[in-house]
Amino acid sequence: MKTCLVVDDSRVIRKVARRILEDIGFQIAEAADGMEALAWCRAAMPDAILLDWNMPVMNGVEFLRQLRQEPGGAAPVVVFCTVEADMEHIREALGSGADEYIMKPFDGDVIEAKFIEAGAL
Amino acid sequence: MKPADLEFLAALCRSRAGLKVAPEKTYLINSRLSPVARREGFASIDDMLAAVRAKREERLIWAVVEGMTGAETAFFFPREAFNQFEKELLPAMAQRRPGGAVRIWSAACATGQEAYSLAMMAEEARAEIPGLRPELFGSDLSERCLEKAQSGLYTQFEVQRGLPIRKLVTHFEKIDDMWSLEPRVRQMVRWRRINLISDLSALGRFDIIFLRGVLATMDEGVRARVLENVAVTLADDGFLVLSPGDDLGGLTGALLPLDGQPGVFGRDPNFRKAA
Repeated sequence: MKTCLVVDDSRVIRKVARRILEDIGFQIAEAADGMEALAWCRAAMPDAILLDWNMPVMNGVEFLRQLRQEPGGAAPVVVFCTVEADMEHIREALGSGADEYIMKPFDGDVIEAKFIEAGAL
Repeated sequence: MKPADLEFLAALCRSRAGLKVAPEKTYLINSRLSPVARREGFASIDDMLAAVRAKREERLIWAVVEGMTGAETAFFFPREAFNQFEKELLPAMAQRRPGGAVRIWSAACATGQEAYSLAMMAEEARAEIPGLRPELFGSDLSERCLEKAQSGLYTQFEVQRGLPIRKLVTHFEKIDDMWSLEPRVRQMVRWRRINLISDLSALGRFDIIFLRGVLATMDEGVRARVLENVAVTLADDGFLVLSPGDDLGGLTGALLPLDGQPGVFGRDPNFRKAA
């Protein structure tokens, strides 16, 4: 079974995303910020990551840049999922190594479509 | 809504546009006609239909019928059909039209996502197929849908339905809360209101026609006619792309399935040979 790390500081969002991703066949791990996510990745690199932007301690884009430097860190498919919905943020995310980008609010159809798009399914 | 009104509505949609309206789907009918009734200044759908019956005013009749066409659509949906277009149909057709235009028609395109998806792919293909001159046409029965299509403006919700993020970055810019398709792609598509049950022979011939998700919305009694109307506009060596669920089942002798291209049909060489 493929694994997906859900990184978001909102417990509610993590719960919603977990349910959707489990339905499309992922085994889920959760992290509440970039630092926690990095610890997860160093222990067990996931196949995919759903990533919030604005989080305490380490934000999503800082995490992503760090991840892509890590051994094995080029492999996971990374899908941003954030309220940031302007072109500058999207370009920065793609430039930092993101594969796809979801603008909140989202639903199950969007998540599934974007994960297919990114080649994670 | 009263059963007699539902029957009246179904008969109107069938006779004017060949649309199949299932009278038992009252929720769907309400959701489609409520905005029309509001816009036309009626207190209810019942009042509006009563006015249609009493006055038989063409403009109002069409507002009702056009309101009943489905506008559900998404960019690059389904992906397989667009991959087939990009990797096989378009290059094959470009080879057959060296130096010439390739005419592509997105029929019943609703708010234009299908037509623009084809336009984006055709635009990107120009880098690899020198001399390719794609000419795109989008048609729908609904004027309102066509107006929206022509604007090239989509909501955040719409651009997250099937549009890869890199295509959003390449081809759109954000204006307030809307996403606006770049003029270069927008200007590739010409729009026209077309009723598929009418005579289409004046449209000329198209090399590739997307008629996806359309037949299922039409009344069984007009499907053969729609297919033949469209076949008349298909180039002798053209490609007609239908949905996998669209079973021709002997509906028409005008079209033949093409080997190795699921869902794609060509014109039967014997169809209207004299024409």
